[in-house]
Amino acid sequence: MVAFVQSFSQSRSQILSITFAALLGLLVIYVAGHSQSHILHDAAHDVRHATGFPCH
Amino acid sequence: MFFRILVSGLFAGSLGGLMAGLLQWYFVQPVLLHSELYETGILKHFGEFTNGPQQSLDTLQPIRDGLSLLFSMIIYIGYAFLLISAMTLRLQTSSDRITFHQGIVWGIIGYIAVHLAPAISLPPEVPGVAAAEVQSRQIWWFTTVFLSVIGIWLIAFKPKIKYFFIGSALIIAPHIFGAPEPDVFTGPAPTEIGALFASRALGIGLVSWAILGGLSAFFLHKETVRTAS
Repeated sequence: MVAFVQSFSQSRSQILSITFAALLGLLVIYVAGHSQSHILHDAAHDVRHATGFPCH
Repeated sequence: MFFRILVSGLFAGSLGGLMAGLLQWYFVQPVLLHSELYETGILKHFGEFTNGPQQSLDTLQPIRDGLSLLFSMIIYIGYAFLLISAMTLRLQTSSDRITFHQGIVWGIIGYIAVHLAPAISLPPEVPGVAAAEVQSRQIWWFTTVFLSVIGIWLIAFKPKIKYFFIGSALIIAPHIFGAPEPDVFTGPAPTEIGALFASRALGIGLVSWAILGGLSAFFLHKETVRTAS
């Protein structure tokens, strides 16, 4: 029972880690590729077009 | 676990993004610069001045090109976090490692979900094209990527036939719903340039994601071995 609870909480924390890493990836893609801040937009302009992100 | 994904993602993403940035600079940027000549009115569609689809690269713009390389690396780091998270999730239920070559296949599948799927209804745009409001396109873009990732995951890893149909439905749904479109088309660049730009952008995306996938698997395994010892 103890082993079961340990393995359950271990896999839960692993799933949480994976979820956070994926959310961080989404955040990076949003800020660098989709944020409409003028500075970010101008700096990343060509990459946004070449990567197929909605730009303007 | 979190830092394993972070460290391998930083390595794989920056290297993969550097490759992607260089490929884009050589193959995509000339077409983009050419279309900007139409956007700014220096060239006119059906005008008397003609120019081949390859605008020459002899006007290097160090700051602009440098920023493009930098942002390409940042965006591919974001892609790597997503891809390595998916690989790690898969490795929870399968004890095998993902080899470099299998990583290439993971990368290609990632490309289909994140890059190709939204492009089917919202193709890569040359500067100056008419398009619907940017927020609505971004919402559609993120929704399509999310549904495509779930759909492909179900098809790949859930053997029951019903998941094949559910997955396919999720992938196709945003395209049946339709991407936001502009009321009128007013793009100044010739269709030839727009088509070349879209296919170059998608082609380079495919190669870049394949490289990213291989590197992601390589660095994930390296980090797993390092942190386990």
